Amino acid sequence: MKNKSSNNFPYIPNTDTEKQLMLDAIGVSNFVDLVKEIPAKYINPEIDIPEDLSEQDLVKLLESISSKNRSIASFDASFLGAGVYDHYVPSIVKSIVQRGEFVTAYTPYQPEVSQGTLQVGFEFQTFISEITGMDVSNSGMYDGPTAFAEACLMAVRIKRNKNIGVLHSVDEKLVDVLKTYTMFQDVNIIKIEKDQLDKDDLNLSCLAFQNPNSVGEIEDIKKITELAHKNNILAIAHVSPIYHGMYESPGKYGVDIVTAEGQSLGVPTSFGGPFIGLFASKKEYIRHMPGRIIGKTKDKDNNDAFVLTLQTREQHIRRENATSNICTSTQLISLIVTVYLATLGKYGFNELAHLCYQKAHYAASEISKIKGFEIYNKKFFNEFVIICPDYPRNINNFLLENNILGGKDVSKRINNGLMIAVTEKNSKHQIDRLINCLGNYKC
Amino acid sequence: MYPKEIKYTKDHEWVRVNEDFAEIGITVFAEQLLGDVVFVDLPDVGEDLVQFSKFGEIESVKAVSDLFAPISGEIIEKNIDIDKFPETINNDPFHKGWLLRVKIKDNSELEQLLNLKDYEKLIDEK
Amino acid sequence: MLKNHNNNTKLLLDISNEGRRAFTLPECDVPSQEITDKDNLISNINLPEVSQLDLVRYFTNLSQKNFSIDTNFYPLGSCTMKYNPKVNDQIASLDGFSGIHPYQPQETVQGAIELLYDLQKLLGKVTGLEGVSLSPLAGAQGEYSGLLIARMFHESNGDSKRNIALVPDSAHGTNPASAKMAGLEVVTVKSDEEGNIDIENLKELANEKTAVFMITIPSTLGIFEPNILEITKIIHENGGLVYADGANLNALLGLVKLSDLGVDICHSNLHKTFSTPHGGGGPGSGPVMVNSKLKKFLPYPVAEKNNNDYNLIKPENSIGTINGFYGSFLIAVRAYSYIRSLGKNGIKSISENAIINANYIQSQLKDFYEVFSDRYCMHETVISAKKQKKNGISALDIAKRLLDYGVHAPTMYFPLIVEEALMIEPTESETKETLDNFISIMLKIHDEVTNSPEVVKNAPHNVFHKRLDEALAARNPILKWKK
Repeated sequence: MKNKSSNNFPYIPNTDTEKQLMLDAIGVSNFVDLVKEIPAKYINPEIDIPEDLSEQDLVKLLESISSKNRSIASFDASFLGAGVYDHYVPSIVKSIVQRGEFVTAYTPYQPEVSQGTLQVGFEFQTFISEITGMDVSNSGMYDGPTAFAEACLMAVRIKRNKNIGVLHSVDEKLVDVLKTYTMFQDVNIIKIEKDQLDKDDLNLSCLAFQNPNSVGEIEDIKKITELAHKNNILAIAHVSPIYHGMYESPGKYGVDIVTAEGQSLGVPTSFGGPFIGLFASKKEYIRHMPGRIIGKTKDKDNNDAFVLTLQTREQHIRRENATSNICTSTQLISLIVTVYLATLGKYGFNELAHLCYQKAHYAASEISKIKGFEIYNKKFFNEFVIICPDYPRNINNFLLENNILGGKDVSKRINNGLMIAVTEKNSKHQIDRLINCLGNYKC
Repeated sequence: MYPKEIKYTKDHEWVRVNEDFAEIGITVFAEQLLGDVVFVDLPDVGEDLVQFSKFGEIESVKAVSDLFAPISGEIIEKNIDIDKFPETINNDPFHKGWLLRVKIKDNSELEQLLNLKDYEKLIDEK
Repeated sequence: MLKNHNNNTKLLLDISNEGRRAFTLPECDVPSQEITDKDNLISNINLPEVSQLDLVRYFTNLSQKNFSIDTNFYPLGSCTMKYNPKVNDQIASLDGFSGIHPYQPQETVQGAIELLYDLQKLLGKVTGLEGVSLSPLAGAQGEYSGLLIARMFHESNGDSKRNIALVPDSAHGTNPASAKMAGLEVVTVKSDEEGNIDIENLKELANEKTAVFMITIPSTLGIFEPNILEITKIIHENGGLVYADGANLNALLGLVKLSDLGVDICHSNLHKTFSTPHGGGGPGSGPVMVNSKLKKFLPYPVAEKNNNDYNLIKPENSIGTINGFYGSFLIAVRAYSYIRSLGKNGIKSISENAIINANYIQSQLKDFYEVFSDRYCMHETVISAKKQKKNGISALDIAKRLLDYGVHAPTMYFPLIVEEALMIEPTESETKETLDNFISIMLKIHDEVTNSPEVVKNAPHNVFHKRLDEALAARNPILKWKK
């Protein structure tokens, strides 16, 4: 039984009677009179989409679609990473991030009634500045690769030099996004080999590198940064935030701009999004920075409060001369990151890094003992490449048959390379199962 | 409130010619239009200004405007106080709020500028 | 509105106390491994040490210092602050959606790709532009993608000298910013006194260098461009493409298809029109939609169906990869769920109710506030505080006074071509009672402007804070915690 009254939609409350009252007050007899400027021949087209659903039927439908996916949790173990990592998310993070006051607010244009969002953003900037060791952080970009591309464009503005240097070991995905971001701009993307660095004739605005790099190898942040600076080039580091839970920050080595994918800090893997890009720099470059920035100020009663600041960099004021077209800070994801980092806290964050490190190195050392398998990396954090005795896709298929989500095939970079990520969520038992399976693999 | 001894541009900059150098700034009209000035981006000492060309930017909380040189010349001094206290431009645009001191290249360029009477006429129309 | 009793701006590092913990990690269950680079190890990163309860209180108290759709009427023009259905959040948190990895083999994520495919179809049907990529992470990215598509199209026709984007003076700031990123020169098209595109000016400006004309439909003034068919014809006759900024798509759902109006490319903000939460400023999602001749230029990826398999593919002449993966997937899930729940009739009902609600507000306010245009509006109305300005009261003052009455302020000072603008968008989610209450508040403020202007001028009085000093923040930026 469905009572087909006009008001069938729980999200659209006004009844026919109320609508008529309003139309009367407006001074028209029916709705069509309000939209007479729309070309008559095109009004009210046939739109071929399904009929509405009750909430119960909707949930059933979407559950059936979701059940066609195999979530990470449905496998016995997963070692898939390559920039997106399956870390444990504390319950408090999930709980806080559901609060409607955060979820259903918008950009804090009215700071007097948006201090919740603003203060969280200020905490976020504090934490990201601390982890990266930089003077200032903005309040979030779309994701890691777009943050990386924007950092390179920022360097071009600062140095007024259109050559962007990218170290060869940077993930292709980052370079691809940079290419799309600069497609019709007058800039050159120049791939730099590591041994080129010692030469002194680099004419670049920046030298961008990734650490750990696209195959999990630890780069020499100090050396790369020094060489860049020797050539009057800005050093841009795209980093793993959790790595810097146990190792010195890039800021410590003088890096000029730091970007990162923030997903690993409490954000579910979500089939790739929404994530958050982290973006921090030295103070002197702040007016060239893209994105939203939150600052501390006072209200008329002299109380501390927070506000969007340095907005003249942004598109709504500077239009075509803005530092970027971005008009978001991915604020809800920055809330997740903020609660996550606050929950882990000073020691928890450090312990997390060590746990990932320990487990990954245990996995690598055991795999290296298996006949036919070699570890490519000399120095790594929580992710490393196995050189396999067969095509990585065959190994992955074999693991999948054993209900294990394998690694990322990186054979384009390293012959027969399979990149394995290990986090605190991988128990010794899971790692041992992987080792067992690899031991049983027959070409 | 507008000083008589100085020359104006239609973009609301002014220049005051002293014995050894000329001083450049923005007018009360410009300062009021902008609101609270928060930042000024200026070229460095030693660089050259070209009359009526853009030489910098001035920002308030929610607006940003280009600055145009009233006169050509070499920059010999920047007002470092306004870096720290940009509100000086709001408080005293014609004196303490000066932006640059320059060595004038060509005095005849001054003839291209407005005198007080013409400038007042210009702002009355706005 | 009660003032928060706890008006304490202590930050987490202020309440941090050595040795407190909010969380414990499991013991390390593998044999101890040797650590490389020992000289570079750190253990003193300055993150807070706060108990779990104190953290919960801290963030909960902070949340209560926000106005939000869930707590307040939020008629923020151009932002479509409609109700964000709770069921969509619940669905997005299903493990089968939130717990899948973007690099999983495609055969293990068939449901996800199917959903993307179906959402592409739905958005294509609604706009009439049936080539869709859900990849762009926000409106600005969708817009940038659309402009790259236009440029690639012209280049593929050997027409690479087209490097001008025509942009109306009423446009949102991202339009020129994105055009600049796409290497286009921005040329501004004037509006006439009515707020319509000045056709004569457009005719003068459109030529063999025109790559694309960027138009917001309905315009940022909340009105439908009556000459739209002529405008798109002028652009097409000059060889250009028409890009529609879909920020205001809520007004058009089921009412008219953009393709019928001569639009070639558009984007949609799922976080506006399709009810996904604004999140305090993101994450959004800005799918780009194109007609069939432009399909092959779409950004990676596009979901396709072959027999019963779903695949993510890169179109033939794709502009490339615009972000890390496949767009804001969990946002797409919510939008899909929203469209399916409302269906064909619900979609039509959205625009109809949004338009009636906005016109009702306009009709009740127009005797007291100047209305930009004495025409029926679409989903939002732009009023001006010009009259009130004579009493020394600005749009900003009125906006701040609204906060005292528990209403979030409308969008202020936009579009730029309207003096003292207040842009009001009630959306279809609000009841007549809520609208009546808002109207009576606006009339009360109008009285206050005459009778007690100081009250308005110094507002807000009874929310969490009095007005903030924005100049102080910008002059001396403090952007992180200091002891």
